[in-house]
Amino acid sequence: MSLFFIVALPFLGALLPGLMNAAGRAACAGVTFTVSLAAFIGLLTNLPQVLRGELVTARVNWMPELGLNFTLMLDGLGFFFALLILGIGLLIIAYARHYLSRDDNMGEFFTYLLLFQGAMVGIVLSDNILLLLVFWELTSLSSFLLIGYWKHLPAGRQGARMALTVTGMGGLSMIAGMLMLGQIAGSYDLSVILQNRELIQADPLYLPALILILLGCFTKSAQFPFHFWLPHAMAAPTPVSAYLHSATMVKAGIFLMARMWPVLSGTPEWFVIVTTAGLVTMVLGAVIALFKHDLKALLAFSTVSHLGLITMLLGTGTAFGAMAAVFHILNHATFKAALFMSAGIVDHEAHTRDIRRLGGLRTLMPVTFVIATLAALSMAGIPLLNGFLSKEMMLEEATHTVLFNSPLLVPVLATIGSVFSAAYCFRLIGHTFLGKVRDDYPSKPHDPNPGMWLPPAILVVLVVVIGVAPFLAEPFVKTVTASLLGEAGEVPKAYFKIWHGLVPALFMSIAAVVGGLLLMVIFKPLSNAWEAAPRPEAKVIFEGIVEAAASAARALTHSLHNGAFSRYAMISFVAIVAIGYHAWATGTIGDATRAMQVAGPVPIAGWAMLVAATGGLVFLHRNRFLALILIGIVGLMVSVGFVFLSAPDLAMTQFTVEVVTIILLLLALNFLPKTTPHESTVLRRVRDTGVAIAGGLAAFALAYHYMLRDAVATPISEFHLANSYKGGGGTNVVNVILVDFRGFDTYGEIIVLGIAALLIYALTETLLNGPVRARLLNRIPDQPRAGDMHPMMMVVLTRVIMPVVLLVGFYIFLRGHNEPGGGFIAGLVVSIGVVMQYMASGFTWTSARLKYPYHGVIGAGVLVAGFTGIGSWFVTKPFLTSDFTYVRIPPFDKFELATAALFDVGVFLAVVGAVMLSLESFSRLARRANADESEHPMDINPARAEGSSDLIEPVKEGG
Amino acid sequence: MELLVASAIGVMTAGGIYLVLRLRTFPVILGISLLTYAVNVFLFSSGRLTIGAPPVLSDDVTTYTDPLPQALVLTAIVISFGMTAVAVMIGLGAFLGSDDDHIDDQPEPSETEGQP
Repeated sequence: MSLFFIVALPFLGALLPGLMNAAGRAACAGVTFTVSLAAFIGLLTNLPQVLRGELVTARVNWMPELGLNFTLMLDGLGFFFALLILGIGLLIIAYARHYLSRDDNMGEFFTYLLLFQGAMVGIVLSDNILLLLVFWELTSLSSFLLIGYWKHLPAGRQGARMALTVTGMGGLSMIAGMLMLGQIAGSYDLSVILQNRELIQADPLYLPALILILLGCFTKSAQFPFHFWLPHAMAAPTPVSAYLHSATMVKAGIFLMARMWPVLSGTPEWFVIVTTAGLVTMVLGAVIALFKHDLKALLAFSTVSHLGLITMLLGTGTAFGAMAAVFHILNHATFKAALFMSAGIVDHEAHTRDIRRLGGLRTLMPVTFVIATLAALSMAGIPLLNGFLSKEMMLEEATHTVLFNSPLLVPVLATIGSVFSAAYCFRLIGHTFLGKVRDDYPSKPHDPNPGMWLPPAILVVLVVVIGVAPFLAEPFVKTVTASLLGEAGEVPKAYFKIWHGLVPALFMSIAAVVGGLLLMVIFKPLSNAWEAAPRPEAKVIFEGIVEAAASAARALTHSLHNGAFSRYAMISFVAIVAIGYHAWATGTIGDATRAMQVAGPVPIAGWAMLVAATGGLVFLHRNRFLALILIGIVGLMVSVGFVFLSAPDLAMTQFTVEVVTIILLLLALNFLPKTTPHESTVLRRVRDTGVAIAGGLAAFALAYHYMLRDAVATPISEFHLANSYKGGGGTNVVNVILVDFRGFDTYGEIIVLGIAALLIYALTETLLNGPVRARLLNRIPDQPRAGDMHPMMMVVLTRVIMPVVLLVGFYIFLRGHNEPGGGFIAGLVVSIGVVMQYMASGFTWTSARLKYPYHGVIGAGVLVAGFTGIGSWFVTKPFLTSDFTYVRIPPFDKFELATAALFDVGVFLAVVGAVMLSLESFSRLARRANADESEHPMDINPARAEGSSDLIEPVKEGG
Repeated sequence: MELLVASAIGVMTAGGIYLVLRLRTFPVILGISLLTYAVNVFLFSSGRLTIGAPPVLSDDVTTYTDPLPQALVLTAIVISFGMTAVAVMIGLGAFLGSDDDHIDDQPEPSETEGQP
């Protein structure tokens, strides 16, 4: 099966459990199992090639400019990890089916699990390191969801957050490291990078890249000093702990170290950093694990310890170390996943994981006892079980490792680690299963159904088989080791066997087991001493750091962003003017190349009105209604200026927008206070005036100098003018630019407009559903209402004018391509016509006659414009390529049909919808509880003699 | 002519800035509208000023004004309507919710002054 399918299957399959949720728990787990099984079989179909040492690849270029390609490769190492991920995944799914209770949302769980599985498979099969990073982050995210799966437990949420923070930070640093590595090698393809060992190790960026990548690996694989998140992640359901935190995710960091081993290892830096971190983690994890009373916490720290062991083996940089690491990854995955599942069984049946409350389960849960004991003895390094073999290889490697110039340091520490490791394994067996049967378990324990004990049992069979007949695993482990080493080393000749003779490693193993038994004998006093000793609590430190970072960020943000809008505005204005002044003062200004044009009396009169209105607006802005009239004058003068300066389209747009803006502001002013109080100090006003004058002068100077100089290069407009008719089929170049040359811009703009209108609608809905609603309903207007709110004259006039407005809009729309006009303007004109119906007859009457909701109109507009654009795909042209033709239907004149006109229909609809939705939202606010909602178009209708007077407000005049 | 347009831009900018620096929502919205006019006219003027030469092709005309700034400003005008409407709605919502149309947060009555 293609590698793409193997990676894609879990992701695609992740949709299914959620859908199957309603079909029952068995169906839900079954479909998840099937998806995983398909991927697993797909992986196995590639086994023959992998065993022959061939590289299976699959490649699709994604963004070759960035070096980011969807490239997958499968070699021995990738196959090994993928096998662990998918194989153990299958067992976990079967186990989780019986582990999760009926209250848990199984679909959600399996969806997360499959997402995680896909991301992990993606990591191990990626050939592109950028792609690998994407999958890497995906595992952090999906594991966050899995750890926090029991959302009701605070420990789960905190553990998930901690895991995400630590692994996420590591992921960030790894991105930096990987980018450096790609820069050095000149490619982001792993297959290329792995060929460039000398080049990379000689580069000055090698050390920073190494440290950054290792930070990512160490955080993910819980190496000291980042080991603390793993035990807290144990708040997750046990299947998650068994899967993510023993077999797969925590091995991702190990995988990456192994993957990068050929290029990164072998240097003193690698050796010191990786071996030291691994050694410290191994010993520390083992010591802490011994004194944990929670079964899962004990296993968590033992996992930390074993990950340290593997890291140390990779750190030594020798081929034998690498082979021992591979072998131990395999063995650890088998016995640790089995142990986690056994712990889950104990928790599930006895309702506690506290070792102090357990004991004597041997007779009550014989099956679980056998499984857990075999797995634990393997972990302790007892012969005839697989843990013994790889542990002895580790000890063997340790005796050859000289760290910090001391030949004894590594062997001694490794032995100490093994002693504690053996001790906690014995404690796990002894204190949980052996001893007297108690009568105070929270729940009467018994063996679960086979669905729960079979998965760990299968793993334990592997533990025993490999332990008894190591030669069975030898070829496979050596194949994996060969692909790990690449060209950087030869696979060691050493055979996997139980008896190596009286080598130092054997004595160290014996010492470990004996030492472990001794520790068990003196466990009670030892434990008491441990409890009494002061220990740094990682969680407290972590929370402290997070809290400190958060409060520092808060302090910074709040001091910059204190909610004073006028301060931000002031800072912006001053900064813009200052930067502009700097450019002005330091740059050079060319000579004017254009002559000033003479202005006749009419432009001067218009200018005078504009300046007077602006000045009046500033001085009289406290009277808000007056200010609205004055700004209307400003807008009007701007439109007139557009007419004068050869921009008829702009003038029409500005004019119509002006009308709807004023209506909008009037609607708002209906609620707002009618005057602005005096409250800023004189000093403040003087200061603001100074800034305003400086800004005004700057804008003036810029515009003035700009307009008197020609463009430095030929403007693109020449092209537009030359091609508007030939290419776009229209003579109104502005409209052709809008709907054709830059149609994609326009498409974006109508979407923005639609979003703005929807935002207004949403805000209105929020207000009307919140506490404001009551206030609005009971609002007493601060201005007297008109007696005749819907006067007959206006109703008649707007009805009469409506067809005319529609005709004008239609006309403006149609001529748009060749004469000033087009969808924008037509949309605005039609909106004004509809708004006038609202004004004349009121909200209720008008909306009752509304056939289509305005959201739909916006959506239709965007869709029409979009489909017009997509239409060009069918003739294999890019999005929004336009075409036009001329048709002649006698007796009419020849006229043009252009796809651009269809696009303009979309623009038209979107504009109508957006304007109407905005204005309608505002007028919805104005409805009051005690107001009369007349179903008649007008209040006073002579044709409707009876009952009309009671519809009129008491303050009627001249009715 | 250029002087008139440039000074109009300057005056509208100055008035806009002054109003934006006021303390209540309504004048600030008016100020933003004034600034919008100024910016639109400025963008428009980047095509330089031409009188009596609209960019509508015709057989007997050879000089046209620059159409591109017009197309850009046309959409800018429509979008600025949308923006104004959103700003008005936010201001209105805040006022209806708290009966206060101050533009700045009012945490402590004593801390409203003394900013840069």
